[in-house]
Amino acid sequence: MTVVGRSYRISLPALAAASLVLVTTALVLVFFVAPTDADQGFSQRIFYFHVSIAFTSYLCFGLGAWKALVHLWKRDPNADLESYVGIHQGVIFGSLVLITGSIWARISWGHWWLWSENQLVLFLVLFLFYAAYFMLRFSLDAGPQRANLCAVYALFGVVLIPVSFLAIRLAQRFIHPVVFTRHGAAFGGWIMVTYLVSQAAMIVLAYTLYRIELSGKRLDVRLRELRRAYA
Amino acid sequence: MTNAEKYVTAAYCVVFAIVLLYVVIIALKLKRLEREVDDLSGRAEREPEDERESARVG
Repeated sequence: MTVVGRSYRISLPALAAASLVLVTTALVLVFFVAPTDADQGFSQRIFYFHVSIAFTSYLCFGLGAWKALVHLWKRDPNADLESYVGIHQGVIFGSLVLITGSIWARISWGHWWLWSENQLVLFLVLFLFYAAYFMLRFSLDAGPQRANLCAVYALFGVVLIPVSFLAIRLAQRFIHPVVFTRHGAAFGGWIMVTYLVSQAAMIVLAYTLYRIELSGKRLDVRLRELRRAYA
Repeated sequence: MTNAEKYVTAAYCVVFAIVLLYVVIIALKLKRLEREVDDLSGRAEREPEDERESARVG
């Protein structure tokens, strides 16, 4: 299967510049503009990146599953690699969610981790499910069979995303804060502005890293094909 | 610096460090790919000369 490059509307340097500007703006807003939360105090400032990274990891897993579906449906030669890179980004951002969440839990609850919390455990299950994707992928030889198996696996995992997201809202007893309810966000003003900028920063950063990794992987595949042709 | 400030700083530093580590790993991989491209283009340049040499029989 030959992998060919796609042409994108936004160039990689423009994306990298946009992510740098957005991340810097987000950090300035988080530490110098957003007011200190009356209830949680300074530790609430972790929320801006923690929640943004969590939504971004859901998006990356969703993208990975979507590309897996495209692979199975249209047999697009690029889709398998795109699905793999999307899931890889999701796992990287997922590990950041677990680390920042644990740090926040340590300040607020006095524990690094609570097994009694559905939201935490379900996110960990989602993270481990997609981490196991790499074990599956690297245990098989490259080819159409591996691409199909990985696509099916990636599609199964997408079911866990809404379960993980809704767990906190469906739980009867929880201590993990809920900031997005059925009635909208539980905050406004500068907190909202800071959150939205942080969210945009994380999405653009993830997309930039996705594009960088994807171009590297495509180059790797094409070089391997060239090596085979030379051998 | 309060305890909360230390933890918040640590959280943001971890995010920065992991993203930086990821970029370094990707940069190293691209370096390896660049070496492979150089190797292949070197071979491609050498090969026509080899062919010419082997054709000189008489």
